[in-house]
Amino acid sequence: MEYVNPLTGFRVDGRRPNEMRQLKAEVGVVARADGSALFEMGNTRVIAAVYGPREIQNKGQQVNNKEALVRCEYRMAEFSTGDRRRKPKGDRRSTEISLVIRQTMEASILTDLMPRSQIDIFVQVLQADGGTRSACINAATLALADAGIPMRDIVTSCSAGYLCSTPLLDLNYVEDSAGGPDVTVGILAKMDKVTLLQMDAKLPMDTFESVMGLAIEGCKAIATYIREVLLENTKRLEYQRG
Amino acid sequence: MRDLNLSLNQTQRVRLEAALHELQSLVPAAASAAAVTVADTIPVNQEDNILKYISLSQENTIKEDTISLFVCADGLVWCRGHGTSDQDGEVVATLCGVVERVNKLVYVRTLRARYKPEVGDIIVGRVIERRRTAVDELNMRSIFVENDVICVSTILALSVEVDNCFIFCFSDFKSVFAYVVVLTHADTLRVINHQAEVRGFQHDGSLHLQARSEKYGKVHASSATLPVTFNVQFPTSLDITGYATVPLYHYQSVPFYASNLAFMNCKNVLLQLERGQLLTVPPYLVKRKKQHFHHLAQYDVDLILGCNGFIWVGEHVLVGENVKTTEDQQKYEADNFTPLETRKHICRLANAIRVLSALGFTLTVELIIETAEASVSSNVEVNDMLGAEFYVQTAEREAKRRAALLRKKNGGR
Repeated sequence: MEYVNPLTGFRVDGRRPNEMRQLKAEVGVVARADGSALFEMGNTRVIAAVYGPREIQNKGQQVNNKEALVRCEYRMAEFSTGDRRRKPKGDRRSTEISLVIRQTMEASILTDLMPRSQIDIFVQVLQADGGTRSACINAATLALADAGIPMRDIVTSCSAGYLCSTPLLDLNYVEDSAGGPDVTVGILAKMDKVTLLQMDAKLPMDTFESVMGLAIEGCKAIATYIREVLLENTKRLEYQRG
Repeated sequence: MRDLNLSLNQTQRVRLEAALHELQSLVPAAASAAAVTVADTIPVNQEDNILKYISLSQENTIKEDTISLFVCADGLVWCRGHGTSDQDGEVVATLCGVVERVNKLVYVRTLRARYKPEVGDIIVGRVIERRRTAVDELNMRSIFVENDVICVSTILALSVEVDNCFIFCFSDFKSVFAYVVVLTHADTLRVINHQAEVRGFQHDGSLHLQARSEKYGKVHASSATLPVTFNVQFPTSLDITGYATVPLYHYQSVPFYASNLAFMNCKNVLLQLERGQLLTVPPYLVKRKKQHFHHLAQYDVDLILGCNGFIWVGEHVLVGENVKTTEDQQKYEADNFTPLETRKHICRLANAIRVLSALGFTLTVELIIETAEASVSSNVEVNDMLGAEFYVQTAEREAKRRAALLRKKNGGR
């Protein structure tokens, strides 16, 4: 199947190879959470809720006395994919993604400012169309910023792949299930540091560099957008408050 | 609560947009430029060379967000406060909020974050757990009360049963002021401002409090019906010696200045409230003022704006009334229901608070009263106050009010 049209250069959904899907973010969607966000990358919609810093519920989980405990839970809604999912939470993929998101966010949160407390991040995928991992990380960043948890930097994430000899940015579900490599990169936007790097399938080294470079550019674009959204939100709250 | 789940029709939407737009235009440009998000560089430019060092460090071991000195590129010294960090020689924000500068201190004030307790705050709380005490979700430091008696016994002394105990504690050097707010199963709200001594710090950072015998009065855990004695410290203008070990039920006959402006400084306050509504608003909407307890005489209603965002609107209660035993209390309650008018006023005020917090306006007593009165004058039913029309009207009214205020301020100069 041709994922990139050789004549026009368009992908299956009409994008160019280095074009991202449309982004949309909304902050403060869950009323009871300390911070929450809804993030959309094309058809992938993800909602994140952050609770914290609050007292540690389970003393056994506390490893380090001097730092906050960051917990993350990723789940997909049963209706998020084409076929109704049977086990949205306990399966291996969800556990792995929860761990990945937790490690990514932990790299950015200034945990030593909040010792003996825990921060819970709950991410739920409402619509899955490829790139759910990235959307979850972006949503979690927004939610953490909304909750007022100090962070080193904005963490953004994007995926890129390599199909039909072209690096493609921001794969959707069709392209993702094509069997080609899928590189997911998460960076600290301003500090230019990589906190997450995952890939499945195989890639030769130089191609990998170009694909990863493309993904990092996508991350930076998302970071600009997220920054705008947060700034807008802060300004709005401030002028409404009076 | 964030949203009222309104469905606005087209004209209402347009009006709301217009009102919000007007509010936005009233804000001076410098203020909106001060908003900052995570990883934004905060500009520190030279203004004056006078360094004023504001110290936040305390003598106890509780970790605070420390202030540190930051030397910027041109050699000037700044103080970097909460919400900022040092990266590559630049001051970078770690939070989303508004940059505030006080002399040489630069910090970021967040908006929707969790409530950060400060000494001297009046807070209102709800009881959630009994034994362990002070499972305060707002304050990360948990407080361990010896024999979990302080809260429980006080209530028992008044013969009211208590299910839970919520102690909120912030420390100020050696002594700890616990603002104990208890909501019992009979829904009486009590605020006790009580000083306990810090006995030490547990290994996990919790504070060990104790009410000691000679100075503060001993607390009996064994028998549930014994009255509790503890010392309450009066402001220095009053003589405390006569009340050194006062059983709690005598406490209420102690002279008590209910509407004293020195309320917040007064370290012993026992206020028992009943019959009202407890509302939750985002904490940043409640500013710290001199007075948080308001008695609205025209409605006969008490309004307490807790700094943690919990607001109590209820029937007015006179302080220093007789203690009622349980049977008496039930009879009393059966005889004296709150009159309907008072209940309506309570509901109106509560709804006014809900609308204002959904719109994101700072809550002040005047604004709440004005909103409630506006609803009366425009003949809005109490339950319609949470509807779309009143929501939009309140936004418009607030826009006009702020514009008038700004005009007055600018014209007066």
